[in-house]
Amino acid sequence: MTTTKAGPMLEIDRVAKRYGGTLAVAEVSFTIGKGEFIALMGPSGCGKTTTLRMIAGLDTPSEGEIRLWGRRINEDAPWERDAPLVWQNYALFPFLSVVKNVEFGLKQRRVPAAERRKKAMEWMERLGIAGFAERGVDQLSGGQRQRVALARALALEPEMLLLDEPLSALDPHLRVRMQSELVRLHRELGITFVCVTHSHSEAFAMADRVVIMSEGRVQQIGAPREIYRRASNRFVAEFVGGNNLFSGTASSAGNGALRVEGPFGAALAPRPSEPAIHDGAAVTLVVAADRIDIASARSGIGNEIDARVVTLEVVGSSATVFLETAGGVDLRVQRSLHEIENTPLNPGQAVIARWSQDEGYFLPA
Amino acid sequence: MSRALLRRAALLVWTFLVFTFIFAPIISTIVFSFNADRFPSLPWGGFSLQWYEAVFADASVQRGLVNSLIVAGATSVIATFLGFAAAYVDYRYRFFGKAAYTAIVALPPTVPVVILGVAMLTFEGRIGLSGTLTGVTVGHVVLAAPFAMALVRMRLADLDPDIERAAWNLGATPWSTITGVVIPFCLPAILASIFLTAAVSFDEFMIAWFVSGVNETLPVRVLAMLQGQVSPRINAIGALVFAVSMTLVVAAQILLGRNGRRSKETQP
Repeated sequence: MTTTKAGPMLEIDRVAKRYGGTLAVAEVSFTIGKGEFIALMGPSGCGKTTTLRMIAGLDTPSEGEIRLWGRRINEDAPWERDAPLVWQNYALFPFLSVVKNVEFGLKQRRVPAAERRKKAMEWMERLGIAGFAERGVDQLSGGQRQRVALARALALEPEMLLLDEPLSALDPHLRVRMQSELVRLHRELGITFVCVTHSHSEAFAMADRVVIMSEGRVQQIGAPREIYRRASNRFVAEFVGGNNLFSGTASSAGNGALRVEGPFGAALAPRPSEPAIHDGAAVTLVVAADRIDIASARSGIGNEIDARVVTLEVVGSSATVFLETAGGVDLRVQRSLHEIENTPLNPGQAVIARWSQDEGYFLPA
Repeated sequence: MSRALLRRAALLVWTFLVFTFIFAPIISTIVFSFNADRFPSLPWGGFSLQWYEAVFADASVQRGLVNSLIVAGATSVIATFLGFAAAYVDYRYRFFGKAAYTAIVALPPTVPVVILGVAMLTFEGRIGLSGTLTGVTVGHVVLAAPFAMALVRMRLADLDPDIERAAWNLGATPWSTITGVVIPFCLPAILASIFLTAAVSFDEFMIAWFVSGVNETLPVRVLAMLQGQVSPRINAIGALVFAVSMTLVVAAQILLGRNGRRSKETQP
């Protein structure tokens, strides 16, 4: 490839994909920079896998253009591309040994036998599967197969690696290990990773930027923290989890603040510059669950809502407290366990949910 | 408890009777092929290999056997190739009229062989193939290719479509994907198909009888001998043909059995 490698590496430009009458991808645009770790995230059927397959050339866009280093690649055959894919079900060749699987791509590129064996062994070494070289893939566990699939793709030393739900078939313990291993590989190799996942915890833990999709459209693109701290619409706010959404009516509170009053109670929040919110407008206020404190008495500082404990869920060292306000609105609070150890949180207990005025933000209507 | 035992015993006896019924004629053929007497009657007239010697000394039987082997060999390779191609098209592509396509491909064995034989004779007579081994082979390929397709198709049903796509994704062209992925995956079925189609051809009488002319295959020769006289040599030929066919079919079964076990193991 001799084209100049300036600008974004991969551009997805108003791409749509139709299967017969159904629209799998409606209109998707985003760019991927060299060396980025991008996660395509969304519920099943949102078009994320179709988008990935179009990048791999396994599907052709019905509309729009995919450009690699500025060159249109819509019509490039999959075997002409340099974007190996790690399949959700691994798609290993069942009649080949582990090492033959890893060598497969190099063989297609006519790499001499000795050299490709050496390269394959290096990658298997690196992924901790060198001991299984001569085994059949049907003798491996799920986690080992995953590593074979990764080695098979990485042995080509591509500039971009595609991953389709790489962790979904693993058990929870392995998933966490593999997750950090993928992050480490990405950092060490410096190549682009494009990863499809339905899990926001995976996407947020691994990716530099997350593309959130729903019903064939991009809902939000941004760094995990950015998306988590400021969802751009109701879908994202609900999908990423851990957000409280309060609906109410806005009124001016002076000092650049808006007062929202609704079934949940009343709270203040910064007035957004865009869009303009008029007095009396129906709004949705978002407050992240980990930004809410629980207290046993009012202090007069920040927003304070009377609530009652419904139940408490403890996972490891963090706890989720489910509250219900006087007006019957559900509210969730996420704290680390030691923060709430000294607060009695029995079901039915009356508590105060408190958060700073700056933590709330509004969704566009 | 005892009722279950009784039922089990009854089932065993029944199974035994069914198999006896099926195999009795074949077994009697084999038994009497070693009989020293001229006529197949009990008691046995003593062990003898004279009928086998007579068969092997008979030039017309030798020619028939060689012809049969040539036709069976050619048929198995051509029919398996066509069957694989037909099955792959069915697996790989979606197109208008696919149901009709698979129906037509599977059709020949449902046509009565007499009709197939007459049709072959008329058609091949026009293009100058009748009376040649090529002509017999063509007829047998028509008859055997659907079996080959069925076997390969069964195997392909176990091939995850993502496996082919994974090969493309790793830089394999569609052609090298077929040679490097699809054919190795189907190999047990392909070998089984070679044995089975060889057996179909080796045993086939009707088409060969219409088409072969002077180039008789073994079954045609046997019938010609039967019409002339009833000789224990027929028993010897029958035993030989049975041995060859069974070997081919059993080999096919073993390959398919291994094939089935493999695909079960590969399920995640």
